[in-house]
Amino acid sequence: MQKAPVRLIDEEGKRVDGREWNELRPIKIEVGVLNNADGSAYIEQGKNKILAAVYGPKEAHPRHLTLPDRALLRCRYHMAPFSVEERKSPAPSRREIELSKVIRESLEPAIFLEHYPRTAIDLFIEILQADGGTRCAGITVASLALADAGIPMRDLVVACAAGKVDNKIVLDLNDIEDKEGEADVPVAFMPNLNAVTLLQMDGTLTPEEFEQAVNLAIEGCKRIYKMQKEALKARYLAIKREVEEQ
Amino acid sequence: MTTPVTVSRVRRRQIAQLIANGMRLDGRGLTEYREIKIERGLIERAEGSAKVSLGRTIVLVGVKVGIGEPYSDRPNEGVLTVNSELVPLASPEFEAGPPGEESIELARVVDRGLRESKSIPLEELCIIPGKKVFIIFVDVYVLNHDGNLIDTSAMAALAALLNTKIFNYEVEDGEVVKIKPGFKPLPIRNYPIAVTLAEIDGKLVVDPWLDEEEVMNARITFTFDKDGNICAIQKGGGGFFTKEQVLEAMRIAREKSEELRKIVVEG
Repeated sequence: MQKAPVRLIDEEGKRVDGREWNELRPIKIEVGVLNNADGSAYIEQGKNKILAAVYGPKEAHPRHLTLPDRALLRCRYHMAPFSVEERKSPAPSRREIELSKVIRESLEPAIFLEHYPRTAIDLFIEILQADGGTRCAGITVASLALADAGIPMRDLVVACAAGKVDNKIVLDLNDIEDKEGEADVPVAFMPNLNAVTLLQMDGTLTPEEFEQAVNLAIEGCKRIYKMQKEALKARYLAIKREVEEQ
Repeated sequence: MTTPVTVSRVRRRQIAQLIANGMRLDGRGLTEYREIKIERGLIERAEGSAKVSLGRTIVLVGVKVGIGEPYSDRPNEGVLTVNSELVPLASPEFEAGPPGEESIELARVVDRGLRESKSIPLEELCIIPGKKVFIIFVDVYVLNHDGNLIDTSAMAALAALLNTKIFNYEVEDGEVVKIKPGFKPLPIRNYPIAVTLAEIDGKLVVDPWLDEEEVMNARITFTFDKDGNICAIQKGGGGFFTKEQVLEAMRIAREKSEELRKIVVEG
């Protein structure tokens, strides 16, 4: 059974969803969407639909996990069984465990964990619908949930992928580009600190292509960063309005 | 998450200060690997095996070859699976039990290098399309942990695959696979090599040993294939790299990967 060759970029340079090579998918972000959580946010990026919630800083359970000099950040990246084409078992897969780890490590450098010794901050990222690039959108939305929880941070962390599709370096891969493309480079970034906090790659790239991909991903990050800030501002303007009306 | 080994502040400062001056506590240069020793084929029951020591870090990889069903979305391809065990005898930090995130990350980074470089031509491991294929089990067994498990495991996995043999077989009635006497070598098309660098106080060092891993802000692993292309990257640790550091790390890793490949493939 030979796979039919997939054309991911047409003669006019348009991608499968009609985007240009350096175009992001439509993004919608909302901050403060869940009542019980100390902080929460929601993002739609293409067909990705992702919720993030933060509980804490709070007492750490089990106690022996507490750190004497800083807060313990725990992160769970989880995909809903209905988020993908074929039902995914709700038990955490090896992929989800790895992603939970790298996402946690991408956010740790942003948080002043040392301000909250002996506590835990729990972060939950639920992928309600997956469309490629969920770890990146997950990081983008998680850092907003952390900010919404009032946890002091050095900067917002924003993430975006670039990759190689039909021999071309493109921004923000969707599901089919991720699966059929030649390479995927997710990058998480703190723009104010010029800090790359997550970097992974699979596929094959020459060193020159890699450099292009990183530059393009960071460019994408900077654009999403603006939307993150807008979303955060919108949340506080709404609160301000509510208070003024009372 | 394993509990961090406690490194005293004095030692921490000592390590960082030396590195700032281009030196390291164990006498190495910043881009120098520890001594690499490779023993091949030491587990006779396994179809392939290798033990790699990188200084005092020791990793044993055993490869078992089985016959099983292919994945339904890849009916014409053999299956490669990589698993890792941080065996409790390897470190006071390791505990028995189901694999933790560190062990899963290790296995997945090794897997990514082998898979993305297409080192094993999986389509050549198909026996009966859709029904029977070879399954290559790569088991990474950490025996002594003294830092840089990723590079050591990746080298051990490649060395083990390079001496892996698969049994001869014939197909009866297009259904039954009969094992015949004799073996042939597992085909290997590419030689991915992982190179890990740690960032300590703004400086990059290759092949961090355990105390340096304790002190580092973050690590980054580049896996290069034999043509000098990148086939896997993984950043780890709760710190960050600047973009310039990422690109510098890539250049150092590319150079070092060629050096290591000679040792693993030819040595």
